[in-house]
Amino acid sequence: MGFIAGLRAEFTKVFTTRLWWVLALVMIVYLGALTGGLGTLFAGLQTGAIRASAGHVPRFGDLAPPLYSFATSIGYVFPILFGALLTAGEWRHQTITPTFLANPHRYTVLWAKIWSAVVFGAAYGAVAVATSAAGTVAALQHFGVDTELHDAATWHLFARAVLAMALWGFVGVGLGVLVPNQAAVIVTVLAFTQFVEPLLRLASAFSSETANAAKFLPGAASDALVGASFLDLQNNAEGTIVVAQLDGQYGGLMLVIYGAAVTVIGCLTTWRRDVS
Amino acid sequence: MPTGATIEFAGLTKRFGRVTAVDDLTFTVRPGRVTGFLGPNGAGKTTTLRMLLGLERSSAGTATFDGVRYRRLRRPLEASSFHPGRSARDHLRVYAQAARVPARRVAAVLATVGLSDYADRRVGGYSIGMRQRLGLAFALLGDPGVLVLDEPINGLDPEGIRWIRQFLRRLAAEGRTVLVSSHLLSEVQRSVDEVVVISRGRLVYQGDVAGIGGGSARVVADSPTRQRLAQALGDARLAFEAGPDGFLVSGPGADAAAVGHAAFTAGVELSQLRTEAGGIEEAFIDLVGEGGL
Repeated sequence: MGFIAGLRAEFTKVFTTRLWWVLALVMIVYLGALTGGLGTLFAGLQTGAIRASAGHVPRFGDLAPPLYSFATSIGYVFPILFGALLTAGEWRHQTITPTFLANPHRYTVLWAKIWSAVVFGAAYGAVAVATSAAGTVAALQHFGVDTELHDAATWHLFARAVLAMALWGFVGVGLGVLVPNQAAVIVTVLAFTQFVEPLLRLASAFSSETANAAKFLPGAASDALVGASFLDLQNNAEGTIVVAQLDGQYGGLMLVIYGAAVTVIGCLTTWRRDVS
Repeated sequence: MPTGATIEFAGLTKRFGRVTAVDDLTFTVRPGRVTGFLGPNGAGKTTTLRMLLGLERSSAGTATFDGVRYRRLRRPLEASSFHPGRSARDHLRVYAQAARVPARRVAAVLATVGLSDYADRRVGGYSIGMRQRLGLAFALLGDPGVLVLDEPINGLDPEGIRWIRQFLRRLAAEGRTVLVSSHLLSEVQRSVDEVVVISRGRLVYQGDVAGIGGGSARVVADSPTRQRLAQALGDARLAFEAGPDGFLVSGPGADAAAVGHAAFTAGVELSQLRTEAGGIEEAFIDLVGEGGL
């Protein structure tokens, strides 16, 4: 019962401050620009409308799925940040005090936060998919490249992307519990998702041993769940790198494991600590 | 109308490593009155209250409301912090939902503390007085029989202090238990029925305010003819000493009536006769030890 009350309270908390739409707005601009811009570039190169300097026409293979997957492979940072701020933000503004005064059952509070992050993660996912689809379709249609929107597989990809974003919301809440310092958790999330993991995945792709280890990285697991990745573009164009991937359902499972791991460690450390 | 609960601290102790912040505190706070919880900064007041409210774990001992821990009460009952970007009404709405308090209580408590006209502004722009009022509104959300307030008077202007004093009195008169912490005796002296004083985590006094001074209230008396006043006071066997603006009369039997009578019978004119409560503040400082305030 406290859970339903907690869930309502979490939703009210979100909608009574500005963070949720600021994050959504940044995400729409970011994903729209990337899919539109890169879609134009790749479609232009592939159709020969844009001349590559090397003289040959590069082949990226199927353009639409990897471009659609930008929704998660690039956009996943938004539900993580959202989830992390759901917990770390409470310590930042010391609103954790009224939160625990209103409901001293701390694990019920956390459970409500996890589920609201999952719901909001899915909502961010839907917006991210819509934005990426709009940017991609605009770019591909301009060059007459197939958008594959008639294909049921594309719509399955959209659905799996929404699921992945929901799971990223869960991972975010766990990270915010593990690292309750708001500045620290933002820096950690940005550094890991924007630099550390992409570089690790790229570096690991030159031998099958490292690629097999790298497929368990959270971003790789997410791409496996979605079934497409921006790395596919590179893979198809170069043909020299190894991208190992988990089966889709195991990719989703890995995300749940990552979320559960950070949440449990956070619970054992910071979530139980004295509020002072 | 909710009925007040008796707050009971039993052997409450909090250790941070080798430092004992709260040391075996045992005392009782009764309903129907305002109890001041006093001590210098760092005496352990906030830690004690946070243990009572389940925000910190005690190292030993318990703090309960009629024998029940905070997590099983109608909540919340303490003031606390806000998100600066949220309006007062939204702030209260969030926690009314979390504590399963009916939504209509939000407007009711806003009216009670006099914030209705400002309720839709962001809290970030609030004055200290408005924040204190919002804190009170939060504490009253669940219409609790018990109110625990940590430094509610801190930073208020005289008008605000008067308002909160009357407000707390009214809540106690309704039968609630009201526990208010402060580091200044003078701040709560006129607001409370009883005080609990701690110093360095230990209980040093519990009782009424006057008891702190142990009857050491002083009378200040002055006369155009000081020599003769001194003579008269000596004849009446009143202990006195010279002060900055007249004689300070203290000790057994030293009240304004006795001093006035002594002067009258000796035919000495008085230019000043008043009772000074300053003795209590000094006694309080003696009580809590040096470097306190």
